[in-house]
Amino acid sequence: MTIKPIAISLAVLALSACATKPKIEPVQERPVVEAPPQIFEDTKPTPAPVVQLPPVDQGPVFDPNAPVPGSIADFAYQVGGEPRIYFGYDRYDLTNEAREALRRQAQWLQAYGQVNAIIEGNADERGTREYNLALGARRADTVKAFLVSQGVSPSRLTTVSYGKERPIDGASNEAGWARNRNGHTNITTGTIG
Amino acid sequence: MKRFILLFCVVFLTALCVVSSAQAQLEIDITKGNIDPTPIAVPSFLGTDTEMRELGQDIAKVIRADLERSGLFKSLDPASFLETQTNIDYQPTFADWRVIKAEALASGRVVRETDTKIRVEFRLWDIFAGNQLAGLRFSATQDNWRRTAHKAADAIYKALTGEEGYFDSRIVFIDEKGPKTDRKKRLAIMDQDGHAPQYLLAGSDLVVTPRFSPSAQKITFMSYENVIPQVYLLDIETGRRELLGNFPGMTFAPRFSPDGNTLIMSMMSKSNSDLYAMDLRTRSTSRLTNDPSIDVSGSFSPDGRKIVFNSDRGGSPQLYTMNANGTNKKRISFGKGRYSAPVWSPRGDKIAYVKSLDGKFTIGVMNPDGSGERQLTESYMDEGPTWSPNGRVIIFSRETKGRNGSNSIWSVDLTGQNLRKVNTPGKSSDPAWSPLLP
Repeated sequence: MTIKPIAISLAVLALSACATKPKIEPVQERPVVEAPPQIFEDTKPTPAPVVQLPPVDQGPVFDPNAPVPGSIADFAYQVGGEPRIYFGYDRYDLTNEAREALRRQAQWLQAYGQVNAIIEGNADERGTREYNLALGARRADTVKAFLVSQGVSPSRLTTVSYGKERPIDGASNEAGWARNRNGHTNITTGTIG
Repeated sequence: MKRFILLFCVVFLTALCVVSSAQAQLEIDITKGNIDPTPIAVPSFLGTDTEMRELGQDIAKVIRADLERSGLFKSLDPASFLETQTNIDYQPTFADWRVIKAEALASGRVVRETDTKIRVEFRLWDIFAGNQLAGLRFSATQDNWRRTAHKAADAIYKALTGEEGYFDSRIVFIDEKGPKTDRKKRLAIMDQDGHAPQYLLAGSDLVVTPRFSPSAQKITFMSYENVIPQVYLLDIETGRRELLGNFPGMTFAPRFSPDGNTLIMSMMSKSNSDLYAMDLRTRSTSRLTNDPSIDVSGSFSPDGRKIVFNSDRGGSPQLYTMNANGTNKKRISFGKGRYSAPVWSPRGDKIAYVKSLDGKFTIGVMNPDGSGERQLTESYMDEGPTWSPNGRVIIFSRETKGRNGSNSIWSVDLTGQNLRKVNTPGKSSDPAWSPLLP
C-alpha cells in the first residue's frame, strides 16, 4: 500500500506551489561585467499537471520464495527466520530484539487464529539439570506472557521446558551456548499447507 | 523384574567360631583420605562339585572386585598364596598368610542345596590377631549368586571398617544414545558394579532424574512422554507405572522422604517454580515454598525433619535449608560461585552439591549448617551427586565438552580420593544409588 501516500504528497506539493506566489525582490545593482553572451537552452519540459488518482488495489506479491500463507514455513518466513528468541546467561527477561521478534510472531498468530503452538523453553548446558528445567520453564512462560500481551489468546499457547535436554548447537562455546538459551515457538496444529 | 528373589542370610555359628562379640583388632579408618589399602586374600571359594567350584571362583572374583573398587583394600594375587585350604571350618595357617603380607583372609565354600538353590558360607580372618572376624552363611537361588558375593563383600567391609557396606545395592540411571543435539535418554538399572544393566521403561525416550524409594522397590522420575513433562512413580517389582497427580504445569525434581511416604517435588505454577510435598498415601499436596524465585531440588535429611533445596531468591542459585513443613528457611551456601543440586547424605552429616565457578562444575560436600565446604571433583560439568547407602561414596554424572561431548558416571570417596569411572553399558547420566537391598 505504498502508492497511495506518495500520490497524496505529490498532489499536496503541487497545490502548495500554486497557492503561494513568490515575492518579487527588487533588482540589485550589479557591476557590469563584459562577457560574451551566454546561450541558454531550456531543456526542461514543462511539468505535467498533477492529477490525483484513486489508490490502486494491493495485488499479489511476486516473491518466488514466499511459502504458502498460514503454513509453518510461512510463520518462520514472516517472523524473519526460525521462531526462536534468545536469552542472556541465567536470564529470563526479554531483550528488545526478542520483543521485536515476538511482536512479529504475535501478528502472524493473530492473522491465523486457528493455529496453536507450544512454547519451548531451553537452557544452555552450563547449569545443573533441575535448575535448568526451572529456568527453561521461566523462559517459556516469559515468551507466552509477551505473546498474550500482544493479543494472542493464552488458550492457544502451551509451554514446556526442556531445560538443557534439547540443545540445537552442540558447541561448548559462547556462540553455541547463546543459541541454546532460547524460547522456541513451535507451531503444532492449525496450519495450512 | 524377577531378580529379587528371597535371599536368606544367617549368622554362621559353629562350635569353632563363636565370634559374635569378638573385637576386631584389624580396623580400617575410612574417615581419613589417602590411606594405604589393606591387603586382603580372597581365595576361590571351595565347591562341592565342579559347577559349585566354578561358582566359587566367580564369587571370589566379585568379592575381590568390590573390595578393590572401594579403594580401601588391595586384593592379593591368588598365585602368591602359600596355603590352599581344603576345609574352611579349620583355622587357616596364619603364618603362611603373614608371609605374603595378607592382613585379612576371606575363605568360603559353595554348597548345592537343591537343583536351583545354593548355600554360600564364608569366614573372615584377622591374620595378625589370629582370630575370626566374621562367619556368615547365605542361601540363595543359584542365579542370584552375585548377590551372595556382594553380601559377603559387605560383611567383610563392615567387619574391617566398622561401617555398613554398600555392595549389595543397585544404581538406577539414564542410558543415553545419539548425538548431543538429538539424545535419547532412557531409564535403566544395574547392579552397583555395573552388572546386569537393563531398561525399565519401554517407549519413553526422554526421562531424567530417577530416584529410589527407601525400600529400593520404587523409582520416581520425570518423563516427557506427555506434552507436559511430569513426575512418575514406577514399581520395579511389578512394572506398574503411574503419573503422580494431575497438575496443569510441569512437575519435576522428585525425591522420596526417608520413610517413603512423602515425595518432594517442584511444580511450575503461574510462571513460578515452588517446592511441594505430596503424601503418597492420600495424594494430597502441601506447598513448602512460596517465593517468586526458582525453588527446586528438594532433598530430605535422613531423619525427615529438614529439607535442603536450591533457590535463586538471593539473586543467584544458592542452597537453603528449611523445616520439613516449610518454616525456618535459611541460606547455607556462602562461598564463591553458584550452588545447586543439593543431596542430603544418608548419614545426615553432610550435604553434597554441585558448584559452578570460573567455567568449571565441581561436586562438593558441606555440613548441614554450611560449614566445612570441601570440593571433591572438578571438570567441565560434574553434576547430579548421589550417595552410597553408607554415605561414604558419591557417584555423579560427568559430561565432556564440545559437539562430541558425552556423559558418563563416576564415583569418588567422601574424602575426595578414589575417583573412578563407574562401569555402564554406554553413555549414561543421572545415577541414583539404591539403599542396601534387603
